[in-house]
Amino acid sequence: MGDPLRFRDDTAPEEPAVSLDAFLDQSNANTVRIEAGDDVRRLLPQIDRVRLVEVDFPKFRDGRGFSSARILREAGYTGEIRATGDVLVDLIFFMRRCGFDSFEPDVPMNPVDVVWVLSRYPEVYQHAADSRVPIWAKRHPHEQNS
Amino acid sequence: MYKYDQYDQAMVDARVEDFRDQTRRRIEGHMTDDQFKPLRLKNGLYLQLHAYMLRIAIPYGTLNPTQMRKLAHIARTYDRGYGHFTTRQNLQFHWIKLEQAPDILAELAMVEMHCIQTSGESIRNISADHYAGAAADEIMDPRPWAETLRQMTTFHPEFSYLPRKFKICVIAAEEDRAAMRWHDFGLRIVKNDAGEVGFEVYPGGGMGRTPFIAYKARDFVPQHQIFSYLQAVLRVWNREARRDNIHKQRMKILVHELGEEEFTRQVEEEFQNILTLDTDFPQAEYERIAAYFTPPPFETGLPDAVDRSDPDFAVWLDRQTVAHKAPGYAIVNISLKPIGGVGGDITAEQMEVVADLAERYSFEELRVAHTQNLVLPHVRKQDLYAVWQALTEASLADVNLDLVTDIIACPGLDYCTLANARSLPVAEQIAKRFADLDRQLDLGELKIKISGCINACGHHHAGHIGILGVDRKGTENYQLLLGGSGAEDVAQAKITGPGFDEAGIVDAVERAIERYRELREPGERFIDTYRRVGFDSFKEAIYG
Repeated sequence: MGDPLRFRDDTAPEEPAVSLDAFLDQSNANTVRIEAGDDVRRLLPQIDRVRLVEVDFPKFRDGRGFSSARILREAGYTGEIRATGDVLVDLIFFMRRCGFDSFEPDVPMNPVDVVWVLSRYPEVYQHAADSRVPIWAKRHPHEQNS
Repeated sequence: MYKYDQYDQAMVDARVEDFRDQTRRRIEGHMTDDQFKPLRLKNGLYLQLHAYMLRIAIPYGTLNPTQMRKLAHIARTYDRGYGHFTTRQNLQFHWIKLEQAPDILAELAMVEMHCIQTSGESIRNISADHYAGAAADEIMDPRPWAETLRQMTTFHPEFSYLPRKFKICVIAAEEDRAAMRWHDFGLRIVKNDAGEVGFEVYPGGGMGRTPFIAYKARDFVPQHQIFSYLQAVLRVWNREARRDNIHKQRMKILVHELGEEEFTRQVEEEFQNILTLDTDFPQAEYERIAAYFTPPPFETGLPDAVDRSDPDFAVWLDRQTVAHKAPGYAIVNISLKPIGGVGGDITAEQMEVVADLAERYSFEELRVAHTQNLVLPHVRKQDLYAVWQALTEASLADVNLDLVTDIIACPGLDYCTLANARSLPVAEQIAKRFADLDRQLDLGELKIKISGCINACGHHHAGHIGILGVDRKGTENYQLLLGGSGAEDVAQAKITGPGFDEAGIVDAVERAIERYRELREPGERFIDTYRRVGFDSFKEAIYG
């Protein structure tokens, strides 16, 4: 069976990820690594050739990567976004909502906990990068936003 | 007030089970204390000097009697029979056991309450004018917006691991009773020339060790775009803030480092981007929420006159009640600042008295003020005497609203691991020194605010007189500040000079106040005289 921390049907790219600067310099790479301090918007002009973006979390408290993933999805990127580093199980509910679709934590997660945290909230209050319908939209099924 | 539907209830119920599971994993050793800490903080659970402290959200400071009785029950069952109202309109219990915290959350969920995002690096409970819905000067009730934003900022996926805490405040009057510009994100509801509702936006405020007053970034954000604007602010901060020094990660520091103009520019750029994503809630959702805040059915034709023949009652009436927008009604302020007591503390029995009064006399509504007092927002003037008698019976009829003994003080070194000095005994000594009511009334409005460390939970930067407790070579030392304000005349207080010991600070406060009495002109408050005469005259009085 597949990886319980990967939520895609396609095959994961094998090629090692290169840094953002290296990616922007070399035309044949298709896998890029975004460090917490990188401005992911620099990647957007070349987003068409990306198959995998690794977003690193140096410490689990450092939430910059959440915005990086959102920005990629808002730009229409549909390839893989993988969270790497100090990724703890209690983060992945929010990460899935921000557009992450695979996880490579430094320390393995308990698969039982993974299932639990991803199913614990029956509803959400906001639109995000996933397809979940916010509570306000369920309350007003016939309304458009704003 | 707002009532949960099945969706809101499902969210708080899920949170109870979520936290129960997190607590279990911690107790069973599946995560380290370092990993558990942010999780428990985002649920309002602090480890203090003696025990865990649990901070319960009171959204925009509004409570009903059922909720207040539940808090009394929790105080008796899980704590030591009392609770403490805070400067952000929340309630804290200071003697909690970790293993009981999930059960307390379950009790709270039964009455539509929670501890979500009351601490930690998250979007905190949203504060508002405690006279909302009753004040004669508001252009509308700000609470529907506060509730809408509460929902939209609950478990926000992108902004649940922010650089630091983020505090929002909403008001809808010229007079600022909620210290709006001392928040990370202050909103004042306004109407434009076309009569449309929108927001004046003030980002970048905050107290702490590096205080800043929020600046006005926009005169008008249309009401249906406010959530997009808020997300733009949060994204710029989340992306750009430092992550290497926890003391420099609040948004106010980023605003200061980039400059207001550049911060505003980046926010506007991001705002235009986020607007295209269509993430704002529809007007129908605002209207659904606003319907819960429809004014209560005020009676008409009520008498405005109040029998003042009992002199003790008349003194209380003049000080503790405020004009209401409906004729024949008054706003009642309940002091939680008894001379010799701990400001903001309330016993379970007192909670029940106040709950009963709200039920009987105030359309089942209660408010918490950021000044750590309570409010019965809608009382018929003809009922004021009966309310006063019941409050007197419960030792809740102190007269000191906005007077020298209505002191804001943080819990300080008596409870808090961060503190360098005790705050509560200093507040108590000042209150005793000025206990005489005639003297207090003669001095008029005078706001003293005391913090036991530079984190400024006691708002010393915003005090007409501020006191900051520091540790100097192992002994408690108190610095005196003058000239701050949390109101619409917002200002940051200035340190006067070398600090004092506990007895010395009380004398120094008295010398400053006596200088005001010598110099004041008719009708001038302490802060007015200070501003007219200037810092040096007061400094000279304090240090000689």
